[in-house]
Amino acid sequence: MSFREEHELHKRRFGRNLGLGLVLALFVALVFGLTIAKVSNNDFKVPATQGATN
Amino acid sequence: MSDATINTSTNVQAAQPGEAEFGDFFALLKPRVMTLVVFTALVGLLAAPIGVHPIIGLAAILFIAVGGGAAGALNMWWESDIDSLMKRTSKRPIPAGKVTRDEAFAFGVTLAVMSVVMLWLATNAVAAGLLAFTIFFYVVIYTIGLKRWTPQNIVIGGAAGAFPPMIGWAAATGSISIESVLMFALIFMWTPPHFWALALFMKGDYHKAGVPMLTVTHGRKSTRRHILVYTVLLAILAVGAAFTGIGGPVYLAVALVLNAMFLRDAVAIWRRDEVMAEADDYRVEKKAFKLSLVYLFAHFTAILIEAALAGFGLGGWA
Repeated sequence: MSFREEHELHKRRFGRNLGLGLVLALFVALVFGLTIAKVSNNDFKVPATQGATN
Repeated sequence: MSDATINTSTNVQAAQPGEAEFGDFFALLKPRVMTLVVFTALVGLLAAPIGVHPIIGLAAILFIAVGGGAAGALNMWWESDIDSLMKRTSKRPIPAGKVTRDEAFAFGVTLAVMSVVMLWLATNAVAAGLLAFTIFFYVVIYTIGLKRWTPQNIVIGGAAGAFPPMIGWAAATGSISIESVLMFALIFMWTPPHFWALALFMKGDYHKAGVPMLTVTHGRKSTRRHILVYTVLLAILAVGAAFTGIGGPVYLAVALVLNAMFLRDAVAIWRRDEVMAEADDYRVEKKAFKLSLVYLFAHFTAILIEAALAGFGLGGWA
């Protein structure tokens, strides 16, 4: 008996994990893009930190 | 927009947790309905007088779409019992035994919260608040509250589908205005004739599921009358909108042609009875349903064209 035999369930799980991985990668890229877009905006001001105000 | 698919199986299988494929979770988002959400939200965003950074605009549309999809997943979670009874919905992931109800609930709630928070961070609180209200309205007020209680369910549910252009507009401007309310009203008035035309030729499904669709509670003659009344009101609104901030000559031409066609079909539906409809397999009702899809797409495309022309000083009546 081989434990390495791939079951149809494993293929399904691999597909799901791959899909989720791609979605997460795209989400990270989008948040990065959003950050760049926000800080590139002329209106953007760095929020004053507590240390700077004291 | 309805996500009409005709299936033949009504077998309900017990799903095992963790067995679903990626595509099953995607199907929970009602991708066909999502296309309407994406398109109308995009028009709302682009027609707004204030421009947004392309990445912020892309993120806004994406999070609005995810929020709409989350509402769809929560709708399927609540309605899995009646979905299994209707041919049209029996192949959805829960009744088909691919996704468990708990998985659908967790998936829907997670995406709903995430989409609202991310839309807030990407754009502003008004857009995020509207998205949160839309999800709440569709899931709690419509799906859980009123759908199984009133034959006006379609009218009420139509409001949820009408919010995306308002959210897109708010994402760009940070506010609600008469133009965005008009886009809301256009979808709101369009939904009842669109859905009731579908209900006329998808007969039996809603009755079997015990959903008080107008065709079941008030009869098919009354439904035909309702379609005509709503189409007349829709035509007045749609043509009238041509003379507002979102309209112009291009929009007016589109509105005149399509409302004349839609009114012609609504009158034909009203004049027919069940014997005539069954004789030609609901040809007129099916034609009106298909036209309604073109109708909405064309009106929003015309709004988009007017907004694009305005960029060259050509849009509107000025």
